[in-house]
Amino acid sequence: MMIMVTELDLKGDVCPYTFVKTKLKLEELEIGEELAVTFDHAPAVENVPRSLKNEGHKILGIEQMGDHLWKVRIRKA
Amino acid sequence: MIGGFNEEQIKRYSRHIILPEVGGKGQKKLLSSKVLCIGAGGLGAPVIEYLAAAGVGTLGIIDDDTVDLSNLQRQVIHGGNVGKHKAISAKEFINNLNPDIEVRTYIERLNAQNVEDIFKDYDIVVDGSDNFATRYLVNDACVITDTPLSHGSIYRFEGQVTTIIPHKGPCYRCLFEHAPPPGMVPSCQEAGVLGVLPGIIGVIQATEVVKYLLGIGELLVGRLIYYDALNMSFDEIKMRWNKNCPVCGEEPKITSIQEEIYGESCRI
Repeated sequence: MMIMVTELDLKGDVCPYTFVKTKLKLEELEIGEELAVTFDHAPAVENVPRSLKNEGHKILGIEQMGDHLWKVRIRKA
Repeated sequence: MIGGFNEEQIKRYSRHIILPEVGGKGQKKLLSSKVLCIGAGGLGAPVIEYLAAAGVGTLGIIDDDTVDLSNLQRQVIHGGNVGKHKAISAKEFINNLNPDIEVRTYIERLNAQNVEDIFKDYDIVVDGSDNFATRYLVNDACVITDTPLSHGSIYRFEGQVTTIIPHKGPCYRCLFEHAPPPGMVPSCQEAGVLGVLPGIIGVIQATEVVKYLLGIGELLVGRLIYYDALNMSFDEIKMRWNKNCPVCGEEPKITSIQEEIYGESCRI
């Protein structure tokens, strides 16, 4: 089964807006869908997954894409 | 734009959106809600201030009074507006604080003729009036039109606050069936009031309104908080539905809003 993956580019955004925007995007998705968010703000890579886990979402992976560039993959719960 | 919010709204409401109990969904509920504030005085000022900040999308303000210098000891939104209508002054304050809010001003007194027509446009009513005639009119009209109501009142160093969801809990008349006879209690001008008191009570009312609109938490239904600033104590008084209540009882005597029931006392 194909799973829809939505991309969200948050380069240039800092905490807490990295989490706020990720959360708003997740609200638009259906349960089980995937979201891949790109950050260049280092603290977001720890903070956003932690906050998302608190809300019950699943972190599928965190990938370093380059110097100060990360992609966090999330499954909406 | 993400989830229907522009960049400015994402920033403005971020501390709400972060809360699991609110989120973008809750914030949208607030933005699409309509709240009527009876009075923009001591209680109305903090209610208006916080509901506007919270992003309650439509605020109705009914008040026919103008700002007097003696109001500024407690009605902090009216600074610099002595002589202006309070409803207009409040609208200016809201426009400066949060441009998302649509403000509807009613520069008139609430009365038996206009009450039902005004109430029908709102999700919940906040009573910030300072006289018994208006208080009973608002209670009865809320019961008859099935409109939720936040009641607050203040006196010197004391305040009380409760939330009325008609037919799901007691109303104001269940506890206080009739207004005291004229002359029994001092009017608002004579009694005096500690300036911070309406801030405390009004902000509790605003809290209840936000909770009601979001559908979260436990409302003050069937409970009345009695606050004493001198003791710094909050007491909770259980309120029970009164089956003999003249407006929400089993055989109500008041089934429509009739002018003669609501005499004039002092102004809002």
